[in-house]
Amino acid sequence: MNPVLRWGRTLGFALTLPVILVTLWWVWSADSTNYYAPPLQTILTTFGDVWFSERLRADVLPSVTRLAIGYTGAVVVGVGLGVLLGANRTLRRVTEPVLEFFRAIPPPALIPILFLFAGIGDTAKVIVIISGAVWPVLLNTVEGVRAVDDVLSDTSRSYGVTGAARLRHLVLPAASPQIVAGMRQALSISIILMVISEMFASTNGLGFSVIQFQRSFAIPEMWSGILLLGLLGFVLSLLFQLFERRSLRWYHGLRRSQRGEN
Amino acid sequence: MTQPLLDVAGVQKTYTGSGRTVEAVRDLTFSVGDGELVCIVGPSGAGKTTLLKCIAGLLEPTAGTVTLAGARVDGPPEAMAVVFQEYGRSLYPWMTVEGNVELPLKQKKLDKARRRELVRDALEAVGLADVHSAYPWQLSGGMQQRVAIARAVAYEPKVLLMDEPFAAVDAQTRADLEDLIRSLWHKLGVTILFVTHDIDESVYLGQRVLVLSSSPTVIMEDLAIDLPDERTQLETRSSPRFAELRGHVYEQIQLAKHRKGDQHQRDEVTPARTAHGATVAAQHDS
Repeated sequence: MNPVLRWGRTLGFALTLPVILVTLWWVWSADSTNYYAPPLQTILTTFGDVWFSERLRADVLPSVTRLAIGYTGAVVVGVGLGVLLGANRTLRRVTEPVLEFFRAIPPPALIPILFLFAGIGDTAKVIVIISGAVWPVLLNTVEGVRAVDDVLSDTSRSYGVTGAARLRHLVLPAASPQIVAGMRQALSISIILMVISEMFASTNGLGFSVIQFQRSFAIPEMWSGILLLGLLGFVLSLLFQLFERRSLRWYHGLRRSQRGEN
Repeated sequence: MTQPLLDVAGVQKTYTGSGRTVEAVRDLTFSVGDGELVCIVGPSGAGKTTLLKCIAGLLEPTAGTVTLAGARVDGPPEAMAVVFQEYGRSLYPWMTVEGNVELPLKQKKLDKARRRELVRDALEAVGLADVHSAYPWQLSGGMQQRVAIARAVAYEPKVLLMDEPFAAVDAQTRADLEDLIRSLWHKLGVTILFVTHDIDESVYLGQRVLVLSSSPTVIMEDLAIDLPDERTQLETRSSPRFAELRGHVYEQIQLAKHRKGDQHQRDEVTPARTAHGATVAAQHDS
């Protein structure tokens, strides 16, 4: 099939359901008199007024910055520790029970304690994001590093690919499919924790704004904030898919060729 | 005779684990001269891979020494390159063909111009000049093994170790690759130690064939192959001398199956049982 046509078809499939849902929402809410569920038209008008204004800098930017720093921190710490633990059996056995315990604590439960120790500033919020998002990255990295192929490992040794070169050319690429899977989970956890930490105690940010609007009965504004959070998550996940497709091109190709052969 | 390039003296390897010890290799002593092409053939499960890993410096022998050009091997030596059986698992799937061949050269700290030259020449030598930017998984099995051979050749080793490299490719490809090995050997003058379970392959390729016993392994025979140096699949394999040699090695292997380095243990097993056991082992081996 013509590539343009195929692309059009894919886009058509992807857009059909969202268009239907938005239309339904629009029609059903059009003459709504329910104070808490205003017409979609009102929400959208408010959306423009609220977010394409001073709030973009005052609330959206701080949220996105916390998210970016917290997420990056979680990935760096998770991959770093994961490589260490994955490569060292003793270390893994010693730390495993403790890690499982910390992983089992729902991250939002840590917020009150973290805020006591780290204050209610940006640092505390970044720590909250890291403390929740680090786990999927860490555990996936450990698994990926442990599963490095024996033959490839022997090959690397016999060709002098050791030390830092081994990490760079063998261990990290071999673990990358698992690492990326962990990073994807960590992204959604990061967004959740960003919002919750801002709802808890903050003076700006998206989570703060939504709560603020709700408490001051600015209902269309509140709805528009939720819509914006949804859009933010959606755009980030699209960007992540692009990143995944680029960085794991070899992996998807390898999988396809293996499926073709079997 | 001059000092041998590779010297294997009294190598023994015993694996210890979960309360029992398994003696894979009992006592192996042989040497390979500079520029020789030696095949090691043995029944399945004869500890061929264990032996090869000991020689390559990937495994520490329990006893005995391996010496390469006068220096004791206690880790993978730079003058050695290994080609493994599992081509699909020995190439980096995240690197192109070119990247795979080039990486070991980067580790050798060769400059870029020299690396490019070696990569190009090696890929040309194995007949893959036009696929350098493909990924290994886009190639057929035979071509992937050619890439692995090109990587070994580009590394400019004194000794090339090959561990059943053609066991997983089809018969046609296998014949082509065997001829490729002979021609590379002639062209480069490299010393080759080729491990196989295929008797015909060992006789066709080698100047010498070392016949191994079953595990725990010893050398049963060191046989010189007096076939003419120019070998072709059609003529060499149909010559009477080839038939004699392969028949001889076949007999030795049959003997080897019934006789371990440890004779008494084997006597308790009936021949039928042994044949069955060997089939099972062959499936596990590949």
